[in-house]
Amino acid sequence: MTGRAVVVGASMGGLRAAEQLRAAGWTGAITVVGDEPHMPYNRPPLSKEVLAGKASFESLAFTPKAAAADVEWRLGTKVLAARLDERIVDLDDGEAIRYDGLVVATGMRPRRLRCPGPLAGRHTVRTLADAQGLRDELTRPDARVVVVGAGFIGCEVAATAIGLGVREVTVVDPLPLPMVGPLGELLGRALLRRHEERGVRFALGAGVAGFEGEDRVTGVVLGDGTVLPADVVVESVGSIANVEWLQDNGLDLSDGVLTDERLRIGGRPEVVAVGDVARFPNARYDGVPRRVEHWSIPTDTAKHAAKVLVTHLVGADGEMAPFAPLPTFWSDQHEFRLQSFGAPVLGKDDVRVLDGDPEGDVLVGYHTGGQLVGVVALGGQAAATGAARYRAQLLKSPALTA
Amino acid sequence: MKVVVDMNKCQDHGQCVFAAPDVFSMDGDGHLVYVAGPGEELRDEVEEAADVCPLQAIRIEG
Repeated sequence: MTGRAVVVGASMGGLRAAEQLRAAGWTGAITVVGDEPHMPYNRPPLSKEVLAGKASFESLAFTPKAAAADVEWRLGTKVLAARLDERIVDLDDGEAIRYDGLVVATGMRPRRLRCPGPLAGRHTVRTLADAQGLRDELTRPDARVVVVGAGFIGCEVAATAIGLGVREVTVVDPLPLPMVGPLGELLGRALLRRHEERGVRFALGAGVAGFEGEDRVTGVVLGDGTVLPADVVVESVGSIANVEWLQDNGLDLSDGVLTDERLRIGGRPEVVAVGDVARFPNARYDGVPRRVEHWSIPTDTAKHAAKVLVTHLVGADGEMAPFAPLPTFWSDQHEFRLQSFGAPVLGKDDVRVLDGDPEGDVLVGYHTGGQLVGVVALGGQAAATGAARYRAQLLKSPALTA
Repeated sequence: MKVVVDMNKCQDHGQCVFAAPDVFSMDGDGHLVYVAGPGEELRDEVEEAADVCPLQAIRIEG
């Protein structure tokens, strides 16, 4: 087999794509291009163990499978553009690589707040370098920390900062409860109480109007004029898909890159997407294409997309089943864990406690049209084990209709 | 095939149990137990388990 597969993006999705191309039978060349200087590493510890100083890069790095040992890694290299009609990607070092198959795995970058004020002292948490830089600041004596954004990353960072003993941690969000977008009010309230009991302060229903300070940030100005004193600010206000390099190819790049039900892009069987940059319809649900920023998605998408791509490249017959992953995510905050299976976000209008009590360990079910579409556990290990019991039921549920 | 789990890393997420139920399971306290020398016919599911471990705590030798 001759030819070259190019994977753009060298995070977990890029690594899994390269490995899965081999697993699917591709024996041609594989080149992975990534703009970070590191080999792929595991990101969940960035907001927890790395900030807490408990994890080294060596402990985060993935160990590539032996079958992928001959993959060429072009690290510290950015892809500037793709010319899909010509099957070429242009690199920032001037080289143009011709491909037979292309995997889009460029992921996301943090959204930044666009309001007046100094940049110094403001952080995001996406890369290893981000987390290491933030860790240095969180260990300043008497640091007052303001976290903008009460989503998963924001709440994890706030919990870690409290654990590090910083003087003050305040989480700001325009919504009335933490994580209310993905999880709804019942768990949002339970999470708020747990965080407050452990010393995290909240300024909810509040947007950020600007930052105070000359050379570096000294305060966060809220929409109502309140100023929160701050030595360190963490912005965790969502993310933006890294798709600029794909423009001028007639693709739908409105939120990530739109794929078909088999993760192919733009009607091109030689181009597929993996990871959270892919906006795909999940055959398990309603057919609406969505991006999914869960840890499990790079691996799930890579397995499916690699088979689709290799099947095409080797000219083999056979249609695969449409992509239908069961989403799963977790979040560790303070000493408790959230564990989710299915798509709670699709069932937020009908939320019921399945077991336990929101004051303690609790298992919550999310329904639509009377059908269970997601379960989330909050608490200790017993709650997580309880959620797992519903996984088989979620796997067997009929697809939702559009 | 030899399976090694770094129990210092393992945080009992249980994803390996779904991927390879013949090799990994949870005991009554919700802690991981596993078969260290599973048969070769289970390699695919063990590799899947290693892939889906959030802590990347599972290593396959041989």
